[in-house]
Amino acid sequence: MVEGLAATLSRDDVDTDQIIPKQFLKSTGRAGYGGACFFDWRYDAEGRDRPDFELNDPAYRGAEILLAGRNFGCGSSREHAVWALAQMGFRAVVAPSFADIFCTNALQNGLLPVALAESDCADLQLRARRRDGYRLVVDLRAQEVRDREGRRAQFQLDPFWRECLLAGLDPLGMALREEAAISAFEQARSPLLPNTRHRWE
Amino acid sequence: MEAQRTAYHKIWGAHRVAGDPLQRMLMYVDLHLVHEVTSPQAFSGLRAAGRRVRRPDLTLAVMDHVVPTWERTRETPDPVGREQLRQLSENCAAVGIPLLDLYHRRQGIVHVVGPELGLTQPGMTVVCGDSHTATHGAFGALAFGIGTTEVEQVMASQCLWQAPAPTLEVRVDGQLGQGVTAKDLALGIIREIGVAGGQGSIVEYSGSTIRALTMEGRMTVCNMTIEAGARAGLVSPDQTTVAYLEGRPAVPRGREFAAAAERWLSFASDPGATFDRQVRIDASQLEPFVTWGTNPSMSVPVGARVPELAQLPSGSAREAARRALAYMGLEEGTAIEEIPVDRVFIGSCTNGRLEDLRAAAAIAAGRRVNPRVRAMVVAGSGAVKRAAEEEGLDRIFRDAGFEWLEAGCSMCLGMNPDILSPGERCASTSNRNFEGRQGAGGRTHLVSPAMAAAAAVLGHFADVRQLEPADLGAAAQGR
Ligand code: SF4
Repeated sequence: MVEGLAATLSRDDVDTDQIIPKQFLKSTGRAGYGGACFFDWRYDAEGRDRPDFELNDPAYRGAEILLAGRNFGCGSSREHAVWALAQMGFRAVVAPSFADIFCTNALQNGLLPVALAESDCADLQLRARRRDGYRLVVDLRAQEVRDREGRRAQFQLDPFWRECLLAGLDPLGMALREEAAISAFEQARSPLLPNTRHRWE
Repeated sequence: MEAQRTAYHKIWGAHRVAGDPLQRMLMYVDLHLVHEVTSPQAFSGLRAAGRRVRRPDLTLAVMDHVVPTWERTRETPDPVGREQLRQLSENCAAVGIPLLDLYHRRQGIVHVVGPELGLTQPGMTVVCGDSHTATHGAFGALAFGIGTTEVEQVMASQCLWQAPAPTLEVRVDGQLGQGVTAKDLALGIIREIGVAGGQGSIVEYSGSTIRALTMEGRMTVCNMTIEAGARAGLVSPDQTTVAYLEGRPAVPRGREFAAAAERWLSFASDPGATFDRQVRIDASQLEPFVTWGTNPSMSVPVGARVPELAQLPSGSAREAARRALAYMGLEEGTAIEEIPVDRVFIGSCTNGRLEDLRAAAAIAAGRRVNPRVRAMVVAGSGAVKRAAEEEGLDRIFRDAGFEWLEAGCSMCLGMNPDILSPGERCASTSNRNFEGRQGAGGRTHLVSPAMAAAAAVLGHFADVRQLEPADLGAAAQGR
């Protein structure tokens, strides 16, 4: 369950190049991306906050839930985009739709990608813009987003991921438990398949 | 009797390790490609957990994203890029993953190198921490990009948990006009279905136009599948696929080759197999396209104008276009051919193969790059570069005033020294025109290689059909 201040970023097709520009991919760690999140939209050439960028609105300071547009996170597979959003403070993104790889990356990191109906998204965005301090609850168990005024919207998360998140399971651990099946599969693979052990000339 | 199955369903069914193929299953990965930018955190995760790489022999690492395109004897200038390259070498050496490093003859962009070596074959599952892994679908493989956590999962288990995806058939029939290329086909498809049009789906490209494409052309089309939001795109294997693979280093020879080819062809979609959705494209209606905006669906035929905002269908499309035009420094209604360019980039995993360089060279031959333009050609791999040099393409480009550079991703994403300055406008054969993609403030217009060469020589966008292409054989001889 995530409860927190909601902020809006009302544009469609936000790509991961915008969420974390490439100049910040030159790190070999998973930390330190929060300040660079939305870098080119967020700061001007002198490094000051651009007043025309929605998320720079002081009313959104400390926001934990991002209300975004369609096809959020499209483009590059960089997981850095998810790390950056999480390190900027977000714990859930609510949007009408997400790009595939972004969605998986988000789930792997416990950042909830919540896909709501287009009309629900529009309504929540309106509410968030209309009043300061608009808060939302994202309830994973009930698969529901709600506010204090009783507005509710249902969503569906893939049962696999819902279980992983609720039970704290990790997909790699679950895969490794299938060791016997993996070995058996490997035994049966076609000998014609290629491998990378060559002297590539 | 068994139902007619699509290539995707055949590959899917053949890779189940555990779990329910109708819900979510553990899928085996036949080939894992690795590069320097999305792997360091995966390697450190493995180390921290004390895990080993299960199948280094099904893994290949390549240096491509941050490598400079100048002579390999010069150092990589920025310390963090250098550190990524150093860590990749160290990590690969420590766990036994074969690496094509900066100095290897076969180094190049991961999605150009895999197919070149014959590592990508029909019926395989291929993953890489890179969204353009879709490129490998051209071989009738199920190939898709993954994030860094999944890179770690594949290293440790050679498997991924995957849910089945809906299928979308993009059927293209008819003949492409003269001067209309696979790149224009890719842009035309995205124009038609939108940047989210394929969302979550596995696309199969079919129809007479796709059958007539070379493997290079199919790779260009599959490469851009991700720009339509699809999970993967593929083309059913056929004799074109088999002929391309024969004799490549990772491909079996002799009697084994015949067996392999038979196996490959068995992965083609059955005639009459059905898809969840279908889109039809008439190839004869396509033209050379130029993007004017900040996503790959924002394109028009070269003879057209930047759209008028008032004519766009919805409020959100107008708002997105208004923002895009402001970023691109363009007025609505401007004729595309009146837009001047500062830079030209020919390369990338979309259009950095030999066929692409030939198409560009045919336009460059005997002409000169406009003096106000800086134009560069970056081969997709060392092998492409050598093959081009054997044909004399390098001379044609150099004589025309293009820079001829070492292989890598280069200005496709500008993680190396090749970047646009703020406000610079570039005709680029790459795949993404996102804000800042080629350098903060840079303005990218996506085009085919021949269209990029035409923009280089004229200094503005131009209809390549109006330029007589040279006979390359004669052009290379004639000097
Ligand atoms: S050439 Fe561009 S799109 Fe292709 S792998 Fe490199 S950076 Fe990615």
